[in-house]
Amino acid sequence: MNALNSLLDGFGTALTPVNLLWAALGVLLGTAIGVLPGIGPAMAVALLLPVTYGLDPTGAFIMFAGIYYGAMFGGSTTSILLNTPGESAAVVAAMEGNPMAKAGRGAQALAAAAIGHFAGGMIGTTLLVALAPTVADLAVDIGAPDYFAIMVLAFIAVTSVLGSSRIRGLASLLIGLTLGLVGLDQMTGQQRLTFGSLQLADGIDVVIVAVGLFAIGEALWVAAHLRRTTGEAIPVGRPWLGRGDVKRTWKSWLRGPFIGFPFGAIPAGGAEIPTFLSYVTEKRLSRHKDEFGKGAIEGVAGPEAAASASAAGTLVSMLTLGLPTTAVAAVMLAAFQQYGIQPGPLLFEREPDLVWGLIASLFVGMVLLLALNLPLAPVWAKLLRIPRPYLYAGILFFAALGAYAVGGEVIDLVILLIIGLIGFGMRRYGLPVLPAVIGVILGPAAEQQLRRALQISDGSVTGLVDTPFSVTVYAVVVLLLAWPLVRKPVMRGRGRTTRT
Amino acid sequence: MTTRNDLTPGTEASTGRPSWQRWLREHSELGVSVLLLLLGVLVLTDALTMDVDIAQRGPVGPRTVPIVVGAGLLVIAALLAVDVLRGGRGEAEAGEDVDLSEPADWRTVLLLTGVFLGAAVLIEPLGFPVAGALLFWGAAYALGSRRPDRDPLIAAVLSLVAYLVFNNLLGVPLPGGPLMGVL
Repeated sequence: MNALNSLLDGFGTALTPVNLLWAALGVLLGTAIGVLPGIGPAMAVALLLPVTYGLDPTGAFIMFAGIYYGAMFGGSTTSILLNTPGESAAVVAAMEGNPMAKAGRGAQALAAAAIGHFAGGMIGTTLLVALAPTVADLAVDIGAPDYFAIMVLAFIAVTSVLGSSRIRGLASLLIGLTLGLVGLDQMTGQQRLTFGSLQLADGIDVVIVAVGLFAIGEALWVAAHLRRTTGEAIPVGRPWLGRGDVKRTWKSWLRGPFIGFPFGAIPAGGAEIPTFLSYVTEKRLSRHKDEFGKGAIEGVAGPEAAASASAAGTLVSMLTLGLPTTAVAAVMLAAFQQYGIQPGPLLFEREPDLVWGLIASLFVGMVLLLALNLPLAPVWAKLLRIPRPYLYAGILFFAALGAYAVGGEVIDLVILLIIGLIGFGMRRYGLPVLPAVIGVILGPAAEQQLRRALQISDGSVTGLVDTPFSVTVYAVVVLLLAWPLVRKPVMRGRGRTTRT
Repeated sequence: MTTRNDLTPGTEASTGRPSWQRWLREHSELGVSVLLLLLGVLVLTDALTMDVDIAQRGPVGPRTVPIVVGAGLLVIAALLAVDVLRGGRGEAEAGEDVDLSEPADWRTVLLLTGVFLGAAVLIEPLGFPVAGALLFWGAAYALGSRRPDRDPLIAAVLSLVAYLVFNNLLGVPLPGGPLMGVL
């Protein structure tokens, strides 16, 4: 059991006092930021990036793992107590959790969510330990054409699976690819889109793009449409569960992760689909079907476990292939690039301490999350009452701090604002933000792999499809592209037309 | 989501204007198309005026991908224009604190942009603690907070604490400015 030995070494790294401190700090910060209304996990992780700049990579990623899970848990607290889900994955938590809170069972809803996150994280991370080294071993032999194929798949998946308008998804992707082109060409040193500016020759930092699109864009967008009357958060005591509740939910906690994990690993929108599938499953299997919609505890427990496990699934493709399948994973990939580390099959060979320390700290973070969040829930609930002007002023403040900390350049703040305004416009006209971020992060890498592959094949395009792996990936791409054409007649048969 | 109805924020305000003005308002998404078109032209011009003889290595040079991206932008600009003219609409993003029933509040957005740029200019001469506090206070003011007793205090404390935590504890260097020189 090679993976088990490596994992034990990982625990050796994760359980040193300093790293434990980073993990605890990450969980607390992640939950605190994630609870704040209007801040989803992706923005939380982007805003907290600068916190890790001064740390060594291992400490930074241990802290990051805590932030990731903490932010996801914080988000479900918001939707249960405020009924205003910040992101699509939390919609399901609001569907049953909020009626429970209204009926005075908020403490039970939060406990079901917290334990669901714990169960999902534990099972998901165990599956990650079992699968990731195998995937990395299989992927270690793949070459430039295969990498290029995977990245094409990521581009197509992010524009056609997510969101509902392909044209707008593609427009967003192309904006991202354009931003990624700025700077010196990696292979020849040729200046591209720099307009003679020295600052632009270094390229636009991905962190600035992510913070600009996620944080500044969102803050400006909300500012233009700020709701003058905000919803009232329901006060809540310390979460606990009675024996009857545990009896109803333990199966849901165990079922959810197996629905969530596989969806996290493929580029299909992260936790959105599995939480919904888990909800439907719980509804079908429950003996209390009549309670669904009015506050059925299984409807909180299952989907929350699924969401948490899908986060672990996301890490499989992020760590072994360097393929981000969600917005949070995209921001984490940007963080890896900050340290000059390229996630991919070789990561497990080159940086075993870091990878296994990170995976072990996922387990540690999960325990900390449960231990800290159950007693602290009433405190988190108070955060929901923060006045909105302070909340969005704070987002702008920390976004500026993060962008300035990247390189200490004022020009970065101006670029941040411009990208934020682009993000504002994208929100106004329904252009999804994620394809742009994926384009900036993967675009330069995809170009490099493409050129490498064509160099090997001496310019022949067949060099891109000369391995079984790449052919398989392109087949999946074709399927994704053909799907609407197949779906169209079906939908029309139902008397509804959907375009693009 | 593309929907076929023409309910975009701001349409209510446009009733009673000449019909071509209303048409432009309802089809303001064509502006996105124009911007994508301009971006495509920019990328293509940059790629085609590149001097690549110096360092071409391999069959694919530094121009190929920009040309593909630029052409893609032109195609997508055209497709988006067609979609908008046929009645497709990009759905404005909803959110926890977003109220789409009111028209957009441009004054706040402009104020915030100004405050942000002001803070960016001041960060080097005045240092991060002062510029950061001004950014927070200004942004809170723009967003509607009117508590002259509380707002500046919160801004100053937040900015100072953030500076000390990042600069002294986390090892992220920030400019202290004259204020930190005095303290």
